[in-house]
Order: sequence, then C-alpha cells, then structure tokens
Amino acid sequence: MNDQTQQLEAITQKEYKAGFYTDIESDSLPPGLNEDVVRQISMIKGEPEFMLEWRLKAYRHWLTMDTPEWAHVHYPEIDYQAVSYYSAPKKKTDGPKSLDEVDPELLRTYEKLGVPLDERARLAGVAVDAVFDSVSVSNTFKDKLAEQGILFMPISEAIHEHPELIKKYLGSVVPQKDNYYAALNSAVFTDGSFVYIPKGVRCPMELSTYFRINAANTGQFERTLIIADDDSYVSYLEGCTAPMRDENQLHAAVVELVAMDRAEIKYSTVQNWYPGDENGKGGIYNFVTKRAACRGVSSKVSWTQVETGSAITWKYPSVVLQGDNSIGEFYSVAVTNNMQQADTGTKMIHLGKNTSSTIISKGISAGRSSNAYRGLVRIGPNAENARNYTECDSLLMGDKCAAHTFPYIEVKNPTAQVEHEASTSKISEDQLFYCKQRGLDVEDAVSMIVNGFCKQVIRELPMEFAVEAQNLLGLSLEGSVG
Amino acid sequence: MKMLEIKNLHAKIDGKEILRGINLTVNAGEVHAIMGPNGAGKSTLSNVLTGREGYEITQGEVIYKGDNLLELEPEERARRGVFLAFQYPVEIPGVSNIYLLKAALNAVRKHQGLEELDAIDFLTLVRSKMQLVKMDEQFLHRSVNEGFSGGEKKRNEILQMALLEPQLAIMDETDSGLDIDALRTVSEGVNALRSPERSFVMITHYQRLLDYIVPDFVHVLSEGRIVKSGDKELAKELEKSGYSWVHDAPEPEGQPA
Repeated sequence: MNDQTQQLEAITQKEYKAGFYTDIESDSLPPGLNEDVVRQISMIKGEPEFMLEWRLKAYRHWLTMDTPEWAHVHYPEIDYQAVSYYSAPKKKTDGPKSLDEVDPELLRTYEKLGVPLDERARLAGVAVDAVFDSVSVSNTFKDKLAEQGILFMPISEAIHEHPELIKKYLGSVVPQKDNYYAALNSAVFTDGSFVYIPKGVRCPMELSTYFRINAANTGQFERTLIIADDDSYVSYLEGCTAPMRDENQLHAAVVELVAMDRAEIKYSTVQNWYPGDENGKGGIYNFVTKRAACRGVSSKVSWTQVETGSAITWKYPSVVLQGDNSIGEFYSVAVTNNMQQADTGTKMIHLGKNTSSTIISKGISAGRSSNAYRGLVRIGPNAENARNYTECDSLLMGDKCAAHTFPYIEVKNPTAQVEHEASTSKISEDQLFYCKQRGLDVEDAVSMIVNGFCKQVIRELPMEFAVEAQNLLGLSLEGSVG
Repeated sequence: MKMLEIKNLHAKIDGKEILRGINLTVNAGEVHAIMGPNGAGKSTLSNVLTGREGYEITQGEVIYKGDNLLELEPEERARRGVFLAFQYPVEIPGVSNIYLLKAALNAVRKHQGLEELDAIDFLTLVRSKMQLVKMDEQFLHRSVNEGFSGGEKKRNEILQMALLEPQLAIMDETDSGLDIDALRTVSEGVNALRSPERSFVMITHYQRLLDYIVPDFVHVLSEGRIVKSGDKELAKELEKSGYSWVHDAPEPEGQPA
C-alpha cells in the first residue's frame, strides 16, 4: 500500500458523526409479528376499521411471499420474529402540543443532528415533520400551511382526519402486494408523513422530514404519501440518520407520490443511516419502495437522492408516466464504503404519449464495498414518442471495491428514443497530485473531485440540502486509489 | 539569498536510478533553465522537487529556504511557495476552475496566517491576474482543464502561478504544445512575474522558450547529472549542435563518480 492509499484510508476511517443514542423511555411492543401485532398497532393508533382491514390484507399476503433475491446484495436471513414493530417515546400526557412539551432530550438529539426544529426552522423557512422512531413528535408550520389548504401532517393523523384521501390514494401507487417489503410495511407501518397540495397551490416552503431510528431492535416502517393536485407544486426533503448499533436494523419504508394534471413534485433525499463499522458489523438494512405516479397530463416528478449510509441499500425510486407529456427524473449519488452494499436505481415506466424521462446515476465505491445501478426503462405500446436519456457513471476508489450496472430496457413502441451512456473511472493519482501541488490536502482534494463527479446530481438539490450533501460526501468517503 | 540548494541528489523509480548526483543552487530572483535530451531526468527532477509519489531518494538533499524540502508533504511544499507548472495539466471534470483557484489560494493564505478571501475580493483579484495571460472570464466557470486546448491549459497554469505568487516556480516543458502566439502570451505572463524575490527553474527540451524568457543560467542535464552549466549562450550552442555531444562530456569537476 502506498502513502496515498494509506492517507485515503485514514480519511475514510472517520467516525459516524450521528452515532449517539438518546436515552428516553419508550413504549415498545415485544419482538415478533403475527396478526395480533398488526391488530395491536392499529389499536394503539386508534385507527378506523378500514385501516385494520387494509393492514391485515397486506399481512396475509406478506405471509405468502418470499424475500426478493435478485438484488446484488448479500446478508444473513432476517428473523422477522426478532424485530419489534412498534416503538414510541412514552407519552407524558396526550402528546406534545408544542415544542415546549417535547422531551428536551429528544430536542437535543435533533439539535445534534442539525435539524432546524425550533426557531431556526422558522428562520430557515423549513417545515419539519420529525419522525422519532415511529411517532411524529413535532410538526411545525402546520397552521401556516393550512391557510393555503396544504395538508402536512403525520400519516397517522391523516388517517383520522382525512380518511377519504387515505382511502383513495394509499396503496394506489405501491399496492400492498407490490413486493415483500412493501407488503410488510403496509401491515405494520406506524407513521410517516402525509402531504396534500390543493389545486393551483404552489407550496411556499420546502417541506422536510427527518427520520431517525433510535431504539434498539426496532424496525422503522414509515409510510409517506404525497398528493399534488392539478397545477400544484411541492418540494419535499427527506433526511435520515440512525445511531450506531452493533445489530442490524431494518428500515422498510414506502413512499408514494401522486402528481395530477400539470402538477410537479420534487422529492429529495439525503440518506445517512448508520452504515455499519469497517468490518461490516451493524448498520441499517434500507429496503425501501419509492414510487411516483405521474397520473395527470404534463405532470412531473423528480427524485433526487444522495445515499451515503446504510449497510445495505435496496431502493429504486420510480416513476410511472401515465399522463401524456409527463416527465420523470431520477438523479442519484450512491456512495458505498467499507463493507456497504448498494443496489439502487430507478424504473421509468412510459405509458402516456410524449412522455420523457431522465436518469443520471453516479455510483462511488470505496473500501470493499459493492455498488450496483439497476434500472428499468419500459416503453409501453401506447407511449408514442417516448424519450429516455440515461447516464450511469461509476467512480472507483481503490482496487477492492466493485461497481456494477444492470440496465434493462423494454421498448414496445417503435417511435421511442432511448439513450444509455455509461462510464467507469477512477480518481487518478495525477488528479490528486495536481490538487496537492496547489496546496490542498488529500481530504479536500478527494472531496472536491468527488463533488465534481456528482455535480449533475448535487445541483438538483435545494440549496440547504446541497451543502449538507457535499459535506456528507466528503465525510463518508474513504478508500484508496489504485 | 539561497532559494534552493540541491546537493548530490540521487533518485530511483522502479529500481532504476534516474537522478545520479544533481548539484544545483538557485538564488532568489534567478531564472535557471534546465535543458537536456529525452530521458535525461528532467521531469523526474521536477517530480522529486514537488514530492510526487513513486520516487525513491537514495542520496543527497534538497534545501529550500533553509528547510529540508524532501521531508515535506507535497501540499506543504506548495503552501510554502513551491509551484509546479505541469507539463500535462490534469482535467478534473465537474470542478470549476474558479473553485480550484479559490481553494488553492485559501490553502496558501491559511498557511501564511491570512484570512480567507471572500467571494468578491477573490473575484477582483483573479480578474486582474487573468489579464496577465489574456484569459476570458468564462474560463473561470469551465471545469478544470476539461476540453481546454493545449495553449489554454498552459495559460491556466500561469494564471494559477500568478494567483498563488510562489517563491520557487518550476516550469515543466511549459512550451510544449504551444503555437507561437500562445508561447508569447505565456512568456509575457511569466516575465511579468519575475521579481528579485522569486526564482524560476524552467525545464525545457528546446531553446525557443529561452528566446522569450531569458534565463540567467542554463544547465545541461544528461543521464541524471548536470554536465554543463553556462549562461544563455549555452542554450544557443545546444540548438546548433544538438545533444549528442553531451554523452561524451567529461564528469564535471567536484562530482562524486
């Protein structure tokens, strides 16, 4: 190993900064999963009957399903009976009515994470729906948004207050039976965010949710549903961290987006779940189903994700382009280091006429990690003049990591135009030396080069997120240059 | 004042000895040209001075402003004022030129105990330096060296030099790949940077650069040693008679065999 390699490795062996643990009492269900657990979750949440039925349908179907094994990831079989499916901070009275009532320990946790929950939030103009383990603890700006008819609340609340919207849209993009993890989520999800933007309304601020898995041995199963009605616009930010634990934790979320006529949804994720240590011990299994339906004409959905955490990432934010002239976009940076594994990408399903999609995927592998892009572009028989542009670039740091690309293209209409470009490169010693000769230390040089590589994606992020993402890229990269 | 003192420097790469006893003293304000045929060790010398990996120093020392240069990390040498104008400037996709320039300048300023420049002061400064090498402002926003022509790359190197104001500038084959106009622009840029406090070591294969940047001393490097030193007339002599004679030159006096 040469000096440069050692230096690079040293940078990468940084500690996980969000790896602290909050000591608060929590109400948890004992580990295990059966119909009673599903019923209990529904009961604790005080849900109406239709939700319980919905959950049970999902649970019963889940029992008949097998774990998907096609992804390029390896892990020991998960014992779903060893997981606790509900964990909530102990309620003092009837739950906090304002920030003053929120457990200060909890607030300090958010502070350490840099979540602008209090006054800073107001200054920054960010509305935060913070999900701590499974229950939303604070939801700022709700009232202000309500003035414009925007609904932004925990999904558990929406189930009570807007059952008609829930009945109409929940599971309409990701059905309960969609896949193994989506079925599991449908059965046991405990909270998440719900957003509804009424016709013609442009949401005046970025909506933001921070997820954090705190309690040991709990799975986190959030469910997010965003509906943008005709001619509306919303930008939604999702950030994730989890404390360090030796055990693996399961995170099986479902996110559904619905864009009606001429509506636009921009969904940005910065995911920094605990990736496990350098030997692959611990870390989050991030098995997430994210899908958007461009249901209306000329609607648009953009997924932007910066994925630096998790032991395993299995995630394909997709867009179903139903409406004519609708647009789907996927911008992704996935970083894997040490023993991390990522199998991520997107699906663009073109059904309507003149639909177009863009996929920009940047994979960065370091250490002994494995990073795979998996993408499907499907042009249906009625999708006249559909277009897709795909660009997949991989950057390797060192000679023990791997990058894979699995692009699937299915075209059933001869008018389609589909382009695919792919490249694999390494950070060269020449680039590093050039930067060092200009006075930059290795750390800054690597960070600069990597950020340059990811520029097409980073620039899609809202400003405050872009800065965080750039810092994260610098922090989470280690590796070596061969 | 002695800027750089190279004493009996020996260096190997992949087990092969390339530098075999270099002796050279460069005083502040002097311009030294190092000429020699391909394979003489010219680029190795610039790489060793700036700390590129892969070279093994087997003997000798290099003193820069009183310090042992070879003990310092490459970035530390750069911050202390050693600048290399690369023969092949490296492309860094997605990183804008202005970003690299600012990061480099602030690294040097930080080392000097100065505050980082804010965006406005930096832009003012960089604009004034760009005039020196006749560069358009659009260069600032292009990715570092990506898609630059040969001449643009070399001008970009001189722009960086002008901005960082090094004390010892090493120029590795700066004239290679330049047409006559670009050569003139680059040379004018360099000449404007000459000062009593700044030293230059120019590595070149051809004499023509020295018509534009007139050196105080010319050294001929052959098989890892300086075999002849003189003033600018030596370069003209070389131009006439080529390098073939240098192989037959006797060992310079005072050198260990």
